[in-house]
Amino acid sequence: MIEFVLNNKLIKTTANAGITLVDFIRSEQQLKGTKIGCREGDCGACTVLVGTINSKNHLIYKSITSCISPLGNAHGKHIVTVEGVNLNNKLNTIQTALKNNNATQCGFCTPGFVMALVGLSLQEHLVSKQDAITAISGNICRCTGYKSIEKAAYQIFEELTQIPLNNRLNWLINHLFLPEYFLTILDRLKQIKTPNIALKNSIKVAGGTDLYVRYADNLADADVHLISQVQQKMELTFDENRCTLGANTTVSDLFYNPTFKTYFPEIHAHLKLVSSEPIRNMASLAGNIVNASPIGDMTIFLLALNAEITLKNDDNYLRTLMLKDFYKGYKKLDLHAQEHLLNIAFKLPKLACKFNFEKVSKRTHLDIASVNSALQISVVQHKIQFAHLSFGGVAPIPFYAKNTCNFLGNKILSVAILKEASQILQDEIQPISDVRGDESYKRLLARQLFYAHFLKLFSKTFKILELVS
Amino acid sequence: MKNTDSYSHLRGESLYIDDLNTQQGCLFGLVFDAPLAHAKILELDYAKAETIDGVVKIFTYQDIPGQNQIGGIIQDEPLLAENDIHYWGQPIAFIVAKSDAIAKKARQLISLKTEALPVITTATEAFKKNEFVCAPRSFKMGNTVNAFKTCDYIFEADTFSNGQEHLYLETQGAYAECGENSKIKVTASTQGPTQVQKAIAKVLGIGMHQIEVDVIRLGGGFGGKEDQASAWAALVALATNHLHKPVKLVLNRHDDMRMTGKRHPYESTFKIGLTKDLKIQAFEATFLQNAGAAADLSPAIAERTLFHATNAYFIKNVYTKVLSCKTNLPPNTAFRGFGGPQGMFVIESAIAKAAEMLNIPAYKIQEANLLQENDAFSYGQIATQVEAKNTWQTAVKDFDFEKEVKLVAQFNSHNDALKKGISVMPICFGISFTNTPMNQASALVHIYQDGSIGFSTGAIEMGQGVNTKLKQIVAQTFGLSLNKVLVETTNTTRVANTSPSAASSTADLNGKALQIACITLKNRLSVIAKAELNTTDKAIYFKDQAVYNLQNKESIAWETLIQTAFLKRISLTEQAYYVTPIINFDKTAEKGQPFAYHVYGTAISTVTVDCLRGNYAIDSVKIIHDFGKSMNLDIDMGQVEGALAQGIGWMTSEELVYDKNGRLLSNALSTYKVPDVYAMPKIVVVKALESEGNEMALLKSKAVGEPPLMYGIGTYFAIQNAIKAFNKNYCLKFDAPLTPQKVLKNLYNAFKNNS
Repeated sequence: MIEFVLNNKLIKTTANAGITLVDFIRSEQQLKGTKIGCREGDCGACTVLVGTINSKNHLIYKSITSCISPLGNAHGKHIVTVEGVNLNNKLNTIQTALKNNNATQCGFCTPGFVMALVGLSLQEHLVSKQDAITAISGNICRCTGYKSIEKAAYQIFEELTQIPLNNRLNWLINHLFLPEYFLTILDRLKQIKTPNIALKNSIKVAGGTDLYVRYADNLADADVHLISQVQQKMELTFDENRCTLGANTTVSDLFYNPTFKTYFPEIHAHLKLVSSEPIRNMASLAGNIVNASPIGDMTIFLLALNAEITLKNDDNYLRTLMLKDFYKGYKKLDLHAQEHLLNIAFKLPKLACKFNFEKVSKRTHLDIASVNSALQISVVQHKIQFAHLSFGGVAPIPFYAKNTCNFLGNKILSVAILKEASQILQDEIQPISDVRGDESYKRLLARQLFYAHFLKLFSKTFKILELVS
Repeated sequence: MKNTDSYSHLRGESLYIDDLNTQQGCLFGLVFDAPLAHAKILELDYAKAETIDGVVKIFTYQDIPGQNQIGGIIQDEPLLAENDIHYWGQPIAFIVAKSDAIAKKARQLISLKTEALPVITTATEAFKKNEFVCAPRSFKMGNTVNAFKTCDYIFEADTFSNGQEHLYLETQGAYAECGENSKIKVTASTQGPTQVQKAIAKVLGIGMHQIEVDVIRLGGGFGGKEDQASAWAALVALATNHLHKPVKLVLNRHDDMRMTGKRHPYESTFKIGLTKDLKIQAFEATFLQNAGAAADLSPAIAERTLFHATNAYFIKNVYTKVLSCKTNLPPNTAFRGFGGPQGMFVIESAIAKAAEMLNIPAYKIQEANLLQENDAFSYGQIATQVEAKNTWQTAVKDFDFEKEVKLVAQFNSHNDALKKGISVMPICFGISFTNTPMNQASALVHIYQDGSIGFSTGAIEMGQGVNTKLKQIVAQTFGLSLNKVLVETTNTTRVANTSPSAASSTADLNGKALQIACITLKNRLSVIAKAELNTTDKAIYFKDQAVYNLQNKESIAWETLIQTAFLKRISLTEQAYYVTPIINFDKTAEKGQPFAYHVYGTAISTVTVDCLRGNYAIDSVKIIHDFGKSMNLDIDMGQVEGALAQGIGWMTSEELVYDKNGRLLSNALSTYKVPDVYAMPKIVVVKALESEGNEMALLKSKAVGEPPLMYGIGTYFAIQNAIKAFNKNYCLKFDAPLTPQKVLKNLYNAFKNNS
């Protein structure tokens, strides 16, 4: 039995946990405001909010794309669709802002934008007006050209700067952002018990952002083992010089973690290149790793952190190995039967250590990379202590550029050394031509991104024209 | 005035096909399509699929009672493939089942044996093999051969502009249900309800009167639901006709992208000749249009390419020719601009090429050749009320173009890794269906006894705000508030024989018909009002829900007037009809006056290219646009911004990729990248040109749907200029879209890898 609150209504359903949330909302509940545009999380027409009680007993809302989210992940949560934010016989504040700025034309994408912006209003730490754009980064509109939507989003952000630190929900209700019933949700969710629905020998699903793009039809009537329901979500832990991430840590968990940001000051800029806000809210790091896509952004990120992963089998036997040793060939993993990924750990970068992430794709945001790359490098008095360099899109696996890393170790940082290293890199990569770019482009791009790391991290030492000429 | 549909849009209460309350027992359709691009069908075996519990029937061409034919202009397109496959994604069978999931399972069990045939994917290949969907067309003015002899400079080059996926957020779909006496009602997501009605009647072999097509609204169309919406409506009608059950078909995104046609890719060549004073003396272009496997609207689109081949310039000697090449891609179709953008891309490329070779900025050549009053177009029409120079000069002045150019140069001299580029893009776009008979429309207005009004036209609301504009016409004419006025669905039983909502002309044609109906009613009501007000004055006024005799300040309430008229047995219903006057075109001479008027504008685009990574950002696009006297600037501004985004997408990130076997590789939103919020220019400024408007436009408010798309072409040339600023050895290439891959390769054309 899956139990959750949908808008203002308690749902108890025996529907299969593997069907998509959007199908449940539209077909079973006949709520047609949530639209289906692509069924792969790439358009945002199906955006809904998920309210979850966190460890501090707060109700936290995040936007997700309901087309690639299994129904079972809604258990114990508050799911909010556009019908759940409508007020009686009038538009809410967000809808009014969109209307006043002419931000709707054909209307098909509109409920998705409304929900993304309601998500913004429920966000706890709004910093800059760019947050308003981040909130709608997963929503595609084919009619307006976005400028009107952007204006509405900024206007909403301006209003939200008035929000008090406490009693936020009351303020939002008083300012017609939300209907009153939101005040009752926390108590209602507390009544819902955690189920025991661990299923052995069934497909393991975390966020679902990859599996549901590929196999939604099969998963709809399959037994699914929902990691979120059986494994309490592990917070990021920092001890000594080490960071440990639970398998179902999402990209957003990294994005919004203040401690993480102290070690990776550029984290927001980097992670904004990774899919979109709703996908980051769902996608797990473990999923990105075991999916083994040669282009997985987070895997590339973690490879350069020289991360290790711990696997656990059904007999609770643990096995730890380096992430870079996990990949044996295209989509081939060093993963035994009955094993699953438990956590990911890496040494936190020290002061002399610098980190950078680069990604180029056809569209800068919400796209899959043509080539992506990360570099962690420690330099003391111009001497490279160590370098960990990873590349996506240049090999059948998420690629750790071992030869280049070995070469760079103990070298004095110079233009000549980088040029030589770039040549070694060219020798060890094997990109192929596909829809994201042809081979010669990916080779050129790999060189450019290799240099980009150094131009960014050592901007006073290097000049572009010295490297690329 | 705000779009009146926004209330239900924002609350998620607007109804699209997939949201309809279907009748009980509704069945679901799914199309089984060709898994290769060109073949003979040897055997189609669906016996196993039909045995699945819940599969009701699988239809093939053999189940079609009428003609297996949905071609619009040319009868060359079967609804379901018979013995041959002509493109990857061509519908072969139609599965009808109790659920979508069951239909999907059945689809996997259908097997097809084929004998593969050679596949053509490019226009040039088809041209070489003499494969065309229709006869070539050419426009001629003056004598280019002689004129080139007098030119100081002559330049030639090849160009390519790729196709474009419509990516309407609502995919194609239709829902059919039975009425009495074998009547079928189809609710469709189509821009052309009459076209759908005709196609269904033909396929079922019954009269058009037995088919009712109803359209509530579209979740985007952009031309993709003009001819291309017929197949899906015909399939559900076929199934409903046979099974006597309601049937719904909504394409999933992958099916939609694979099965439907798109904007035409064009492979073209040009030859341009100039004199020393930068006047273009002669221009020749040959356009190879990749029409796909059937004609669809290709002949009309090809024609419009010729109409716009000289954009906003006057060129005395012109020879342009277009060939619609038959390939094994899905039949390519209408897309906002309708061949115009492809034509303009070539003339802009020619000017850019000349500028590069002469080492001057392109805008010097553009400016020297702008259209002026009474200049002739190559198709014989004389340009009047020309705003080409006016928009250009206003843009240059209002947006301080000279300063902008200096800033770009300054920036480039101080930066190695980032380079800026700037360009100007003037546009001139003709308004009317170039097929003259299509320029007709009608409207039906009912005033109900309580004074509220419901009306119908042939216009389809697809986001462009036509419903709001039409309601404005009614409300303004009768002096009523908008809440008294309701626009009905577009329905073939209320308004018949409609032209599709296309060619930017929907508001003009339907609005004018509606205006005539309202004025007729108003005149009729005026007689009653005068009697009631006891006046013989000519001047009585309809305003604020009443009718006034201003002289003695007496008034009669609108509701009272309507009740009185009803009791006096005066008709409160009016049907009216409008045809665009004057226009004509002689296709044998290729001369005439095809357009009611032209729309003008000028855009200045600035971009920044990251010369390390090869990606780019659009800094700003600043536009002076000729709206005429806009009747709704809220809506019209939205049309300009939205069209601009599509134009930018077409020129930058939207890349259709077919492999050599004709399989679409960019078949999902993950591989086909339309602009997102970050891809838009940081600054978009749209200013309305002060102008008189045109009598042929509704309330002198000029058509606005398509023309602004072509402002997007400016970004292509701005990016080119930025590349050139980094790589002096780069020779301009005319190969759109300009993806980050192409940009990086152009920045580093000397890079040799060791692979």
